[in-house]
Amino acid sequence: MTADAIHSPGTAIRREWQRFTPRQRLMRYAFYLLAVAALVQSLRSIDIIPEFLEDAPAQVVDLFARMWPIDWAYYPKTVHAALIETIHIATLGTILALALATPVGLMAAVNITPWPALRLLAKFILVSSRSVNSLVWALLFVAVFGPGALAGTLAIAFRSVGFVGKLLAEALEEAHKGPIEALTATGAPWSSIVLKGYWPQVQPSFWSIALFRWDINIRESAVLGLVGAGGIGTALDDALNLLYWDQVALTLLTIFAVVIAAEIIVTVIRSRVL
Amino acid sequence: MSDTAPAGAAPAPRRRDPFPANWPARIGWIALAAYTVYAASLFQLTWTRFVEGLDNGARFIARMLPPYLGKWDLLWRGLSESLEIAIIATVIGVATAMPIGLLAARNLMPNWVTWPARGLIALCRSFHPVIVAILFVKAVGFGALAGIMALIVASIGFIAKLFAEAIEEISLKQVEAVRATGAGFANVLIMAVQPQVLARFIGFSTYQLDSNLRNSTMVGIVGGGGIGATLFTAFQRFDYDFVLTILIAIITLIMIGEVLSGWIRRTFQ
Repeated sequence: MTADAIHSPGTAIRREWQRFTPRQRLMRYAFYLLAVAALVQSLRSIDIIPEFLEDAPAQVVDLFARMWPIDWAYYPKTVHAALIETIHIATLGTILALALATPVGLMAAVNITPWPALRLLAKFILVSSRSVNSLVWALLFVAVFGPGALAGTLAIAFRSVGFVGKLLAEALEEAHKGPIEALTATGAPWSSIVLKGYWPQVQPSFWSIALFRWDINIRESAVLGLVGAGGIGTALDDALNLLYWDQVALTLLTIFAVVIAAEIIVTVIRSRVL
Repeated sequence: MSDTAPAGAAPAPRRRDPFPANWPARIGWIALAAYTVYAASLFQLTWTRFVEGLDNGARFIARMLPPYLGKWDLLWRGLSESLEIAIIATVIGVATAMPIGLLAARNLMPNWVTWPARGLIALCRSFHPVIVAILFVKAVGFGALAGIMALIVASIGFIAKLFAEAIEEISLKQVEAVRATGAGFANVLIMAVQPQVLARFIGFSTYQLDSNLRNSTMVGIVGGGGIGATLFTAFQRFDYDFVLTILIAIITLIMIGEVLSGWIRRTFQ
């Protein structure tokens, strides 16, 4: 049938080319339908109070009026110490996450761990670490260790394990087999194969992942104080609860500055060293 | 086999150490270790405190079990509101991010357009959604609307940045070919740019849906609607068994979202 269609010139000209198979098209239409249905259903049942929307412009003006002038005196009093604490939480949390994620990443890489059961366990650890938000981790650790920077550090670390471990496992799986086989042929023990065969190959991506996660962790550790896990979020929470909007403005400005600074540091290190 | 080796071979010359010590790296490791010890001492991270914490943790877990299953109504209302916030915020956020991302693409736009667009994207990206939600709660009051607006801002920051990068990576040959036919700017976008970036764009959007779903369960902590408020209240009332139920429900919702977005990505590959 199709062979005929191609060979007889009359029908070949009318042949219509389509980019996708019918199944692909059906799946796409199913997606469009699902997306529209989900949006319509959400818009219909979401609970929005229109009266609140009406005075929103007045509220925004009021917000900025209360924020100005910015209370600069709050910085040396409270915000500076909290800022330093935030940076320590993010950095120590990242280091802890790297230490925890390395064995899990090794366990999750298919070319290093030949046992499927162990890989499944590693995957489970990585997925559960990522599906719990850092604020929830912080709530849990505040309940266990009490409020303070320790809970924040552990929350950052446990949240980052999934991200770092997943990317590390992917980097390990992309390593070239040549050096590994050469080392195996000399009878090198497992630890030497990992240290001298895999480590030099994954080292650039390892530090790149660490920097990337540190940048994210600076942002995340800034909010942990809202649930009592230390850092600059504590200063923000205090100012918010007391409705000192000029102090809130200063805290937000500080967070903005440190986030931008972290991004610049990461970009510079990445272009110079890695 | 070993007989074939030459019997009277000259003594081997002193061989180079194949793995010489890398002193800068060692110093770096030592510095890292020193920092870790210093920072840990700042946070009073001691062994006794850790053991005490383990004790607390055991009691905490004991109070969580078994999960409390009585408040289905509250749980369901919170979860569905979180889901609605995520969907609406993703749709509006993606729709807004598209033109902004286009304006920020340096290969299609002049410099005086890309710089303001990039500044806006950087501003949207630099604050955590929960902080943005605080400001919107003040502006539009408690409830889902504040959460939606906070997540729209987050979506713009993420999608517009990646979209601009995707456009900057396209092949300009097709753009030139379409331009050579005399097509206007809109036609260049539709016929030359869109086919090259659509698959990646769908990928970013589904990723953002995942991310918004995660964050929509959190904006409730500051009054932005969704399950977060229920979770935080349960924590403050020490209803740890209900906390566990909520956490399991949130994780299930996020997992379903991940499966769904994986399906969407495969469909549009």
